[in-house]
Amino acid sequence: MATLTIRNAQKSYGNIEILKGIDLDLDDGEFLVLLGPSGCGKSTLLNMIAGLETISGGEVLINDRVVNNVHPKDRDIAMVFQSYALYPNMTVGRNIGFGLEMRKMEKEERNRRIDEAAKMLQIDHLMDRKPAQLSGGQRQRVAMGRALVRDPEIFLFDEPLSNLDAKLRVEMRTEIKKLHQRLKTTMVYVTHDQIEAMTLASRIAILRNGEVQQFASPQEVYERPANIYVAGFVGSPAMNFIPATVVNEEGRFGVSFERTAHGNRGSVYLPLPEEHQALDEWVGREVVLGIRPETLTHRSDAEIALNPCLQPFECQVEVLEPTGADTLTYIEMGGEEVIARVNPYNASSPGETMSFMVDMGKASLFDPRTEQRIN
Amino acid sequence: MSETSKETGKGLSDWLRWQIPKMVVAPTFALIVFFVYGFIAWTGYVSLTKSRMLPNYSFEGFYQYIRLWKISTWSVAMENLLIFGGLFIGISIVLGCLLAVALDQKIRAEGALRTVYLYPMAISLIVTGTAWKWILNPGLGLERLVQSWGWESFEFNWLISNELAIYTLVIAAVWQSSGFVMALFLAALRGVDSEIIKAAYLDGASLSRIYLVIILPTLRPVFLSSLFILAHMAVKSFDLVVALTGGGPGNSSILPANFMYEMTFRRNQLGLGAASAMMMLATVMAIVIPYLYSELRERKNG
Amino acid sequence: MADINALPGSGSLWRTLGRVGLYSLLFLFAAYYILPLIVVVSTSFKDLEEIQSGTLLSLPAEINLAAWSYAWSEACIGVSCDGLKPYFLNSIQMTIPAVLISTLMGALTGYALTKFRFRGANLVFALILFGCFIPFQVVLLPMAQSLGVLGIANTVPGLVLVHIVYGLPFTVLFFRNYYINIPDDLIKAATIDGAGFFTIFWRILLPLSPPIIVVTIIWQFTQIWNDFLFGASFTTGGGQPVTVALNNLVNTTTGVKRYNVDMAAALITAIPTLVVYVLAGRYFVRGLTAGSVKG
Repeated sequence: MATLTIRNAQKSYGNIEILKGIDLDLDDGEFLVLLGPSGCGKSTLLNMIAGLETISGGEVLINDRVVNNVHPKDRDIAMVFQSYALYPNMTVGRNIGFGLEMRKMEKEERNRRIDEAAKMLQIDHLMDRKPAQLSGGQRQRVAMGRALVRDPEIFLFDEPLSNLDAKLRVEMRTEIKKLHQRLKTTMVYVTHDQIEAMTLASRIAILRNGEVQQFASPQEVYERPANIYVAGFVGSPAMNFIPATVVNEEGRFGVSFERTAHGNRGSVYLPLPEEHQALDEWVGREVVLGIRPETLTHRSDAEIALNPCLQPFECQVEVLEPTGADTLTYIEMGGEEVIARVNPYNASSPGETMSFMVDMGKASLFDPRTEQRIN
Repeated sequence: MSETSKETGKGLSDWLRWQIPKMVVAPTFALIVFFVYGFIAWTGYVSLTKSRMLPNYSFEGFYQYIRLWKISTWSVAMENLLIFGGLFIGISIVLGCLLAVALDQKIRAEGALRTVYLYPMAISLIVTGTAWKWILNPGLGLERLVQSWGWESFEFNWLISNELAIYTLVIAAVWQSSGFVMALFLAALRGVDSEIIKAAYLDGASLSRIYLVIILPTLRPVFLSSLFILAHMAVKSFDLVVALTGGGPGNSSILPANFMYEMTFRRNQLGLGAASAMMMLATVMAIVIPYLYSELRERKNG
Repeated sequence: MADINALPGSGSLWRTLGRVGLYSLLFLFAAYYILPLIVVVSTSFKDLEEIQSGTLLSLPAEINLAAWSYAWSEACIGVSCDGLKPYFLNSIQMTIPAVLISTLMGALTGYALTKFRFRGANLVFALILFGCFIPFQVVLLPMAQSLGVLGIANTVPGLVLVHIVYGLPFTVLFFRNYYINIPDDLIKAATIDGAGFFTIFWRILLPLSPPIIVVTIIWQFTQIWNDFLFGASFTTGGGQPVTVALNNLVNTTTGVKRYNVDMAAALITAIPTLVVYVLAGRYFVRGLTAGSVKG
């Protein structure tokens, strides 16, 4: 268990800046997920934490100790790789115990630890096999066993589930979560899959082009994304982005946009809840209104009565995509295609006008120029 | 953050770990820099001096080069190189390609045939030259054999003919190297996507059309590779000449490599030998650089 | 490749004729390749009378090993008349160390160049690779001088040095292209596990290397054993390798030309590499094709 601090970490290759100054602070026992598309620098950052890459600027601290120039084997970390990186010429047992061998641990103690890890991961029946004889999921477990057996301060994972098929991925994801609950060790996990990030993390750091876009808990990232990029990256189907104008109607701030209803084009005014009323400077200006599909659904007066944030409006339906659980209803707001999640029994037909309601308490407003969050 | 000596020690061992790969490469790199680039520079410099038996380091400009091109033996050598090289490369590629295509047709004895085509590559060129010198022996060799089959007036005295000796080199060299070209082409043919062939077959193309129009064009890289390697071998040809014709009769089948050896080690004309060596280098570079350039460019575009 | 002949619709008469033509072509050329060997072997078993009176393809009356034993231990080469044996031993003493050292250095260099991304690694590789292309004429002169200065002119160790240096570009090429395909993650995992540079090489990379080691060794053995240019340029008299001795034997004619001895000598020279080829030929081919596909 350890704390991890990254202070203004930078990395360049010649003239190319990969990481532009990363600041992250992890408490003991946290699960940090580095989330981002390929090329954003997340793997580079992980390698810097591990000591597999040199640090061009800034510091990495493990337990308040600067480890910039410390050899990986002295940083008390263990790593699980995307390709598993199992030693092809060694048996499973040997693979798991290799790190302990390098540290000159006694054979008895070594074997004890290997057996313990193997049992925990249910691979104790595979000890004498070579990696080539194992399935993808088994190899993944061996890779994890190799990390487990070292009992490190920090676990590092580099997209460990990317090479598995969908079903196996879900299984292993849960295994990793259980492992974290059991060991309570600090973990840093790199992935481009936002579902993995949401389910596993205690905090997520979203990276883009070498910079941290947002560093917060999954719920925070989901409900209050810091900018348009983060908002669009997390959540599926993605958040809807609608160009809208800020209006002040009778002392109440809200947004307005155009849409088609009953064959006519007209504008709609949606008041914002009480908390989001500091928008003086934005009146009359265009903003980007962010609405997640599940907050936009068919109108239910009973619910509106209970929740003042829910605002109704009418709109013409363009396309329907039934998915079984709900029907994705495509409408047009402010010129943009928008998805709503509607109960299959309440969905109208394409071309018809339907009554919707949107939870403005869960809406996000973004500056169209800087793409940063306003509210 | 106080640094204990243990920390410093760890820092040192960590710094070391980034340096070790470079230190491992260094000896190899140093050897190459000295023995390849250093030596080329030295030879280049000597080619610009009047060195005879011993190197003399006063700069004389292109004296040796001008001298070189005035010597008739050198011109003969270069001319021979063109003839020999052109025929050797052309025939080897055609033959290698043909054999590869033939072997690609699911032949029963493929393994054995491949072994037979390729074994000459394992033999020293001196052995090859010696063997072919005997086979083409005027009087006791091929000539007598064919005559014994009934063709009484058959003559084969190329080895002792001024005009034809060079072609004996071609026969032996093709024998040595065409199997290699075949191996290259066969490997490439095996890598052709069978789906393309099925599609062409469905379109009604005959076997020869399929080969000529679809498969062979995709083998362009292999053509180029073979061309380049064979050209390289041709320029370096030394052993074969020594063993098969000795450069003769007279100097009629001499090649640049032999000329260089003569000048340097027999005639005590170091400057001239160096100049001829630099010419050979220039010739090889003229082939290698465009080839590498086209490879790199294709890599970028492809 | 899809066997077109197995696909339905190809006319069977044409097909049969085609096959016949194909096999004829292949065996015709097989004859071109193998007959020289047969001729050489057969000539080496004949006595001079049979050679003078027969033709290339006439078989010897009996297998006469006199020419072989003469070539091996009695033939006059240069000033001594001890046959090829001493020179054969020279070749062995020259080839084995050169092969082993150049292979080991090539492996370590290939490993260092591919698994550790340091600045200039690609440039260094390109510069080393260039050594594959140069015509050796351009280094003969300075090398002769250097060997003299080092005091190893006209010795087997001198030749060993030469062959190591000029074999390095090839061995580095082979290993570098091979190691580049081994996942970097393997090295990273071992580093985290605490293994150092040489431990990783010994415990993890080498066990994965037998294919390329075999290819490299066979390639180097063939190149070095068969070399003539360096042998002829840097040694005279007793220090020569067997290829140079063969040439001396065949090309210095005093008296009657003994073709059978010449052929036996040629075979003695060729047997080591031929045996290697027969036993491990497919690795040899792999070396040829791998070396020419610039990675």
